[in-house]
Order: sequence, then C-alpha cells, then structure tokens
Amino acid sequence: MKHLLSTADLGLDEAIRILDIAEDMADVSTREVRKLPTLRGITVVNLFFEDSTRTRISFEAAAKRLSADVINFSAKGSSVSKGESLKDTAQTLAAMGADGIVIRHPASGAPRVLAHSGWVEAGVVNAGDGTHEHPTQALLDAFTMRRRFHGAAARGRDLAGTRVLIVGDVLHSRVARSNAWLLKTLGAEVTFVAPPTLLPNGVAAFGVDVYYDLDEALARVQPDVVMMLRIQQERMNAAFFPNGREYARSWGLSATRLHGLPERTLVMHPGPMNRGLEISDEAADSPRSTVLEQVTNGVSVRMAVLYLTLAAGETN
Amino acid sequence: MSTTDHILKGATLSDGRTTDILIGGGVVKALGTNLTEAAATVIDADGLLALPGLVDLHTHLREPGFEGSETVLTGSRAAAKGGFTAVNAMANSSPVADTAGVVEQVQALGDRAGFVTVRPIGAVSQGLAGTHLSEIGAMANSRARVRVFSDDGSCVADPLLMRRALEYIKGFGGVLAQHAQEPRLTEGAQMNEGELSATLGLGGWPAVAEEAIIARDVLLAHHVGARLHICHVSTAGSVEVVRWAKSRGFEVTAEVTPHHLLLTEDLVSTYDARYKVNPPLRRSEDVEALRAALADGTIDIVATDHAPHTMEAKSCEWDNAANGMVGLESALSVVQKTMVDTGLIDWTDVERVLSAAPARIGQVAGHGIPIGVGSPAEITLYDRSVTSTFSVGDLAGKSINSPYLERELPGRVVATFHAGYATVLDGAVLDSDLVAANASAAQTAAK
Repeated sequence: MKHLLSTADLGLDEAIRILDIAEDMADVSTREVRKLPTLRGITVVNLFFEDSTRTRISFEAAAKRLSADVINFSAKGSSVSKGESLKDTAQTLAAMGADGIVIRHPASGAPRVLAHSGWVEAGVVNAGDGTHEHPTQALLDAFTMRRRFHGAAARGRDLAGTRVLIVGDVLHSRVARSNAWLLKTLGAEVTFVAPPTLLPNGVAAFGVDVYYDLDEALARVQPDVVMMLRIQQERMNAAFFPNGREYARSWGLSATRLHGLPERTLVMHPGPMNRGLEISDEAADSPRSTVLEQVTNGVSVRMAVLYLTLAAGETN
Repeated sequence: MSTTDHILKGATLSDGRTTDILIGGGVVKALGTNLTEAAATVIDADGLLALPGLVDLHTHLREPGFEGSETVLTGSRAAAKGGFTAVNAMANSSPVADTAGVVEQVQALGDRAGFVTVRPIGAVSQGLAGTHLSEIGAMANSRARVRVFSDDGSCVADPLLMRRALEYIKGFGGVLAQHAQEPRLTEGAQMNEGELSATLGLGGWPAVAEEAIIARDVLLAHHVGARLHICHVSTAGSVEVVRWAKSRGFEVTAEVTPHHLLLTEDLVSTYDARYKVNPPLRRSEDVEALRAALADGTIDIVATDHAPHTMEAKSCEWDNAANGMVGLESALSVVQKTMVDTGLIDWTDVERVLSAAPARIGQVAGHGIPIGVGSPAEITLYDRSVTSTFSVGDLAGKSINSPYLERELPGRVVATFHAGYATVLDGAVLDSDLVAANASAAQTAAK
C-alpha cells in the first residue's frame, strides 16, 4: 500500500489486514516499552492545512511509537492566501527528504492531487480532506466495533451483519463517507439518518438505507452501533435546520433515545462532541459510549497505516 | 502583383461540390475548375473541405489585465490555428470591458494583430458586479460598435437589472448573452451536483441553477420583446426549456461548447483541475441531449468558451483551481468527432453552427457568408480524413489548459484565410509580423 487516500480503494482482505496489524500495534501499547523500531530513520511529515490537534497528535504518537522522525508542518489558513501553494509546500517537503506525508486539507481531493502529482515520491496518508474522506477515522471506528463485539477473537473477522446507524451531517462529513465505504466492504449494514438538508443530493451513490426520522430509524433498524456526527456551528446560520434546539430534539441522541436502544448497542462519536446538540451527556458518558476507546484505538490504527504505507511496501 | 493571392485547387465545399477557389483582393474572385492566376500561390486542396471562416461567439482573450494567460495576439493565433476568422471577446478582463475605451482598445489590438476579426463584447453591468448598467450605449456607439453584451463569468442574476438590460440593448438591436447561473444555488459549487459530487465531497452545481435562470430569462425577454442568447447550455433540462421557448416563437438563441458535447463529469474523479470548468462537465445523459439539440436546431451554435489559464492556476487542489479550458484550436475536431462522425449532422450543418449562425447572432459583418464569387475571403481549409493524438504542439495560444491532451481527435485545420491573406498554412500559424503587415495592407486597401 503506497498511499491511503480513500477507504473506497480498500478491498476486504486489505481492510482486515490493516485492522489485524492494528491489533498487533495495540498489543505493543500494553508493553513496558511501548515502542517499535520499525520506522527508524524514516521521516514522517504531518502536513496540516487546517487545525486538528486531535488527529495530528494521534498521528504523531503513532509515528513516534514506530520510531519515525516526525515533523509537524502547520500551513493553517488558505495556502493560496499565504502565497504558498500545495505544490510549493510539497516540493519543499520532498527536498527535506520526507518519506511519508500525512495530510489534512480543507479541499476535497488534495491528498490525491499530492499523491499523483509527481511533486513528491513520498507515501501519502489522507488525514481528512474537505468534505471527502477521513480514512483512518473509519478504520479506527471499524476497529473499535470489531473489538467491542469480538474481543480477543477479533483478528481476521469482518463486520458482517453489523447494523450501523450514522446520524447527522452526512453532507459535510468525511467521516460518514469513509465509514460508508469501509463498513460496507466489511459486510456491515449501513444506514444514514439526517434531515434532508444534510444529506448530499445523490446520496444513492453510497448504496445505503436513508431515513429522515431518527426514532423511526432506531425502531426499524435496531442498530448495533449508533454513530453520531458532529454538527459544525456554521451550519446553524446557513438554513440547514431552524436552530440547535430543534436539531437536538429531532436528531440528537437524548437520554430517552439512549435508554430505548438495545442493550448491546454502541454509541460512537468521532469527536469533538457538541454535548446537548447531537449527543446528550448521558449518551456521551454511558458505558456503551466508545468515544475514549476510539481515541486510544486511533493510535493503533494509524500505526498500522504508517507501517503499511512506509515500511511494508519495501519488505513485501 | 499581390503576394497574398491563393488558388485552392480542388477544394470540397460543405455541400459536397468540388471547385478551385481563387482568393485575391480580400474576396473570392472565382470558383471553377482549372483556375489559374500567375501571381497566386497554389495550394493542393484535393480532398480538403473549404468552409467559410469559423466564428466564435464566446472567447476569453484575457487582455487587458490577464496577459499571463492570453493576449489579444496570442488568442488570435489560437483562433486562426483552429480555423476561426472571427472571435467575440468576452468582457471579463481587467479593467472590465464596460466602457468605450476598453472595447475600442481590444478591437484595435485585434485589428493590429490581424489574425482574426476581434469583436469586443461589452459588459452588461459595471465591473460585472450585477448592480448598475455599464455604459452600454457608449460602447454601442463607439468605434467598436458593440452589439453583444454579457457579464459572462457572472450571471445577471438580479431580475430587474436583467429586464432593464434586455430593454436597453433592444434599443439598438443588440443581444444580451446570459451566463445562466443562479448565484445562491451555486455557492461553493465545484462540479455537477449528483451522485459523483456526493462521493467526491465536492460542492454541487445543480442543473436547476442553470435551468431556472434560463426559464426566467426566456420569459422576461419575450415579455419585453428583446433578443436573448444563452451561453454554454450544459444540461438536458436547459435544452427542454429552450425548446419550449422556441416552440412559442420567443427570440432566443443558445450555444453549446465543444467540451459539453464530448466530456462528462466522470473525469472529475481524478481531481485533475484541467477538467474544472464553469458550467461544469455534466452527465452522459446531458451530453446526449446537447448533441440532439444541436442537431435539431434547438441549440443554434457551438461556441468555444476558450478560457486560458496559467499553469499555476490549474496545478493545484481542485477547490482552488481556476475554471476554464482552452478550446479554439480543438473546436472543429471535437464537433467532427461528436456530431459529424456520429452521423448527427453533416458539413452544411457544421458551416451553420460554427460560422453562419454565430456571425448572424453576433452581427459580425463580413463573416459566415457561404463561399461564392465575391464572398469575403474568410476561409478555413480542413482535412477530415486524419486522426491524431492531440498534443501541446496543436495549441497556439499562451496557455495549455486543454482537456484533450493525449486524446485522439479527428481532423486538422490545414489553412486559414482571413481578409484575403493566409493566417495558417500547412497547419502552422504564420509569423505574427507577416500577418500584421498583411492586415495593415488589407485595412489600407479597404479604406
């Protein structure tokens, strides 16, 4: 695997392999010395064109546990307004000898442009591009589900038959897109729930069930996983829904809705959460919430991805 | 003796007749077989198609203001390379062509370059801002005699301003060319809205944003009795609206670009910004509808929307890339590929949609006239029989943002004659100084 740009590029075997290697990486984290020499001498650049402290430190921790040298390059704000283009930045990093580039960019497709431009030789990992994809988030979500449902027997397994409800701003969500492709590849049954304003025109492309009404979806689907998406504050002012109170009433995971869920249903959220808007305190802090596990698992999954893009390609 | 006289031996006209064509003194002096003229250069045109010079109603020449991507001279050379003898230069330069001074400057630069007739298009609104009418009358009465007005690049979105502009332009028999794009419905738009934009996470440009404006404007134009031209129609729904308007007898004309006749949105999945254009590439169903509409006359003309951009404006992430493609050099080949080789139209139709009709709509005098004794020597000689891989070497302007590079395209412009002298011979654009000298001589002779 030279690059990781989209979960749509992953086949079933490849996806399971990443998750299995992430299990190995998770084992490392329980050892006394939580570090592998795998990427010693390799330079990984975290190239972040927009703020995301959580994702950046997760990648940074992952790279460091694999003994890579990490450079954090924050090019926040519009690269164009700074007069520095993606091309210039990429060429600068190539000249510094970057072996891997982890890129977060506000423009959809920027990682693909970088990977196929010929500007750099480095492996490219998409850490979130515009409203397109966030592949490592989907992988850590799948990893988290697999662990919760199968525990120590998770290795080698897919998510066949797992019913996943993804609720909220699908239109702008790279998390929803990456999860839709990956979860389907793993055999899960994915359902989107959102007001029609927050579903993309052409949502049929994802081949998932779609509900507008959360209560109806919960009752009909009886989900194993409810994944709540973050509502960005700026959506409030752009007529996607009347106001936050109405959104919370209709599409928020309230205490009442939480208690109505089947016993085994997981509550997931990619973070950061808007408590009281898309998720209530009760749901966020309940034992079925995996929010903090997701953070922990994120490091393991990103270790696996960095290993596969930067080390495995040479040895395999 | 004149050095610009030519005899085109055995050329085929669009209706299939074969004839020698004697060009001299700025006109076609004679047709027939075995024509001779001592001073004339003979070109073997056996098997080649002779068309009246092509006329583009929608060209971006970028000068003044954006000379890094094109100038009037380089754009004129690109036009000649593509077989064009006249272009209408859009108003979105910097400064905007919203005063008599700018349109006269553009026309003068075109005359001096001498490759094609350059007809400036005037802005409808000051600075293309869509709030106040530009000096439409001053431009109409200037030496440039502007007859086409457009805010292309932006839509005249305000319905009242649109109404006033249609009425005002009607006063001297001009035409408003509308860039149909409802601005609020296309905020953040990056590509055609549908399943692919949903997948790629790119902002959607819904078909309805074009169709709603066209529907409004055909009704408005009819209400005030004005002529309306629709730029770059791109959707099947727009075709239906235009068809309806024409069936009611409304005075509306419409254009389609070569790229909307050939390319589809699938190309966007590479995020290669060469395929970023406004209006965006649409679905294959739209392409089929546009071809059918051009064939049945619902769409009147093909116009290139030649939109040169520098490399740096295109070699970047999709959201930040500029909209537009160069198209002058490839237009006739794309029309052959999509319309003629598919059997949808014949070469007389090509003559109509790429020469006669655009000249009529744009009131471009001396162009679009069938080749006959005494007709202006505006002639394109085209080889329909060859196919080649389109490459940077086929481009003659300043920019190379063509979506056709590395694609197989049929046909090749062998020679272009403008105002009686050659601008392209053996497929090569002639030296700019030579053409400028010939232009100067021809303009003096005409006075």
